[in-house]
Amino acid sequence: MKQIEKELVIIGGGPAGLAAAVAAYDKGLRDILILERDVALGGILRQCIHNGFGLHRFGEELTGPEYAARYEQQVKERGIPYMTETMVTELRADRTVVARSAAMGIFEIKAGAVILAMGCRERPKGALGIAGTRPAGIYTAGTAQKFVNMKGMMPGKEVVILGSGDIGLIMARRMTLEGARVKAVCELMPYSGGLARNIEQCLNDFDIPLLLSHTVIDIHGKERLEAVTIAKVDERRRPIPGTEQTIPCDTLLLSCGLIPENELTAQAGVPMDRITNGALVDGDRQTEIPGVFACGNVLHVHDLVDYVSEEAAIAGEAAVRFLRGESKKSILVSVKTDGKVRYTVPQILTEAKDTRLYFRVSDVFRGKKIVLKAGDRVLLEKKTVKLAPGEMETVTVKAEWLSELAEGEISISLSD
Amino acid sequence: MKERNLTCIVCPRGCALTVRFDGAGKITSVEGNACKRGVVYAEKECTHPERTVTSTVRTEGGAVVAVKTATTVPKEKVFAVMKEINAARAPRSVSIGDVIIENVAGTGVAVVATANI
Amino acid sequence: MLDGIIIGGGVIGGMVARELTAYGAKVAIVEKAHDVAMGATRANSAIVHAGFDAKEGTLKARFNVRGSEMMRDVCRELGVKYKNNGSLVVGFSEEDRQTLAELKARGEKNGVKELSLLDREALLKIEPNVGDGVTCALRAGTGAIVCPYELCIAAIGNAMDNGAELFLGFEVTAIEEKNGVYTVTAKDGRTLEASFIVNCAGVYSDKIAAMAGDTSFSVIPRRGEYMLLDKAAGGVITHTVFRCPSKMGKGILVSPTVDGNLLLGPTAENIEDKTDVKTTAEGLAKVRLQANEQVKSIDFSKSITSFAGLRSVGSTGDFIINVPRARFVNAAGIESPGLSSAPAIAEYVRELLMGEGIALKKRTDFNPCRRPMHEFQMMTNDEKSALIEKDPTYAHVICRCETISEGEILAALRANPKPSDVDGVKRRTRSGMGRCQGGFCTPYIVELIAKELGIDETEVTKFGGASKMNVGYTKK
Repeated sequence: MKQIEKELVIIGGGPAGLAAAVAAYDKGLRDILILERDVALGGILRQCIHNGFGLHRFGEELTGPEYAARYEQQVKERGIPYMTETMVTELRADRTVVARSAAMGIFEIKAGAVILAMGCRERPKGALGIAGTRPAGIYTAGTAQKFVNMKGMMPGKEVVILGSGDIGLIMARRMTLEGARVKAVCELMPYSGGLARNIEQCLNDFDIPLLLSHTVIDIHGKERLEAVTIAKVDERRRPIPGTEQTIPCDTLLLSCGLIPENELTAQAGVPMDRITNGALVDGDRQTEIPGVFACGNVLHVHDLVDYVSEEAAIAGEAAVRFLRGESKKSILVSVKTDGKVRYTVPQILTEAKDTRLYFRVSDVFRGKKIVLKAGDRVLLEKKTVKLAPGEMETVTVKAEWLSELAEGEISISLSD
Repeated sequence: MKERNLTCIVCPRGCALTVRFDGAGKITSVEGNACKRGVVYAEKECTHPERTVTSTVRTEGGAVVAVKTATTVPKEKVFAVMKEINAARAPRSVSIGDVIIENVAGTGVAVVATANI
Repeated sequence: MLDGIIIGGGVIGGMVARELTAYGAKVAIVEKAHDVAMGATRANSAIVHAGFDAKEGTLKARFNVRGSEMMRDVCRELGVKYKNNGSLVVGFSEEDRQTLAELKARGEKNGVKELSLLDREALLKIEPNVGDGVTCALRAGTGAIVCPYELCIAAIGNAMDNGAELFLGFEVTAIEEKNGVYTVTAKDGRTLEASFIVNCAGVYSDKIAAMAGDTSFSVIPRRGEYMLLDKAAGGVITHTVFRCPSKMGKGILVSPTVDGNLLLGPTAENIEDKTDVKTTAEGLAKVRLQANEQVKSIDFSKSITSFAGLRSVGSTGDFIINVPRARFVNAAGIESPGLSSAPAIAEYVRELLMGEGIALKKRTDFNPCRRPMHEFQMMTNDEKSALIEKDPTYAHVICRCETISEGEILAALRANPKPSDVDGVKRRTRSGMGRCQGGFCTPYIVELIAKELGIDETEVTKFGGASKMNVGYTKK
């Protein structure tokens, strides 16, 4: 088996991996290698051909492939090495990476530091436990997106979408523009998990009904999908008898959540956060295994790619400081949440410096205050108009609070 | 006094806007916007709404390449734009920004490639 | 002319075809579906039963014990994954304890080896995750697991490699005999002639028998619903954990699969429609409830799919393996323990045909071995590298969850019996069987199938018929 050594190996050449590579390079590191399993850099953005990316990062509205191309160009301008069609099959706690490619066969890389940037996958139908038959015509929204946008193929003509995540909303518009009829978008929860503007421009623009507190309870059709039965659900998400209606359709698209792709992470023994399904990290996005960092959707599912790039840059720079022995780990503060705030990233703070906490809430809340406390001491109160699970929020923890913190933990909560 | 509620689509924040009109249908106020772009959007949305269209065009090589309208086009023209996009052919090799259709559906707006192929 | 026609391309038809081919018969398998292994073989418990369940003296008992003994060697020859993980029947009460003792006694009469009764303490030592209410168990050391469709595909492939033919989409509508020659007609008008017929048509075996004039039995479909959990949840137990049969019925099993997943099920519901493989909310809820009683700490958040299969339940209560007319053999009503019995049933069918005067003699040129479908996965890293150097398609990973390369998919598309749809590729390679359930790889698989078959991508189906993956193109 071929063996090579690299200072920094980045697993994944999507938006997170590319931004991490650029940040590490700009911090002075040269011995970098990006490993990407697909035929080209860019990750899932390559198939997200809709606009709406890059307002934060580039101050203009880009489509997915354009956003990816900006970073790809930065990587190429800097001459950062990358390998496409290269699949990482194993990661060990000693930062050994085993990968496979046509040029190298099965090979091993001894890495000084590793950045995990593998992204996420969609929750499949099987995980939803929907009863019924198993005909053709049931796809996750992302699979349909690949067929439609990358291959120019039409998965179907009469569509029902389950789940109102952003990809589902985007695909409602894409399918409509390409000539399909989207009959309904059903959402199990009483609110949508997608962005308000996507409901506006992807559903309302085309008079596609969004049925909140509805789910698919039965699937019909032996060979190709013929219909789905939907029903309203109660507050415990159980179908309400008598509310069933059967909608003829040949396609069911699922947009029911994204799951970070952490199989390699788990294999390496990296401790995980049960809520995010990603690694536990500190402000540097360093996991509890020294020299192993994580960023982007493999760490926690983001709403905007701009935040992915931002987070990846933090990890990229921190990896360089780690390699140079400059990481100063002085304190250890864990961040506790109250359930209304579901999680934060980072979950642990190890340096007394200004740190932005990214978090998501568990429900739609109006007029709440975000409260940051150390013990009973209130560090910060921030008023909000509306908080929703589909949107990531941030709050900044100040260095001066951390340097004089005796408690070893701070808490973040919502209050009236 | 008439009122209309909108969701601003200019940025991911998606502000909930309330637009008020006088008796003549002229906008008197816009509320709920977090930035000035919200006012501009509200005025446009209530008079001549516009959208960016994104889709794909078949290339001579048989693949499809992602495209968009270079700027927004009138909302009522969206399906007319799609009709021209569906009929268009792009060259085998295309770069981001290449013009695929010059003046799509009489809007004066070009359709440009958003991916390299 | 053919020597024989085997009606039904399931695991029984496959094993029979292989056995008869090994004995020099020129046979054809006819199957109404788009691929083999599409009936009960596609969806069952994937268990090689030890053999204590069936009443002594029945065909079920006889072939189960014999088949189970043969299975390891058969799997080795065919390159099929087999694991002797042992099985447990767990009990919850004093009454159950007595039933377990009876099962043990019955098993011993059937000739089953390695049976032992365990109390809770002894049980916890080998399976710490058995349910809190479990008080006793019967352990069968010879219990094993195997992948049923893999075994079927390999058996048919091996028979074909040795000269057998396969006709897919061949739905038999008539059987006629004239001057000692059987003519079998398909719905689409195709006909085949042969001197003997073996009826391995699963839930339809009563219909096939009736076409040949035998109306002595009927077969009803008994639907069983299953849940399959990701490999990440597979480690909770090592044994197959059955539930002690009671007045409430046989109950479900919780079992690891040969691929490391966790399989839960089946429910048991007699139905009318022989094509009805839908799952129900009630059925899946029942599976969940019972599974939790038998084994604790099952992580249902790791569930990746649910499905249903149909057992062929014959009206006699036993397997129906007989010769109702000259040179026509029934292998019908093959419900559980049918998979375990398959190699032994094949052997018996061959004996019955020899009794009918069919000249069958072990071929010296028969190659009983088939390249394992998962050969690449079993290689060392250096072997993999060497193969990648020769054929770089093995480096190109298509299914990321199961790490299946383009090379493996192409090999599956080219090996007997050749698949021509997405599910066929999935059963042979496991592509799309992982935690994302084909979310990422499906478009690539469609492309590879179209290229290999020389068809348009819009023609590719999930499992034949009208199950098209796409309805057309977005642009002309």
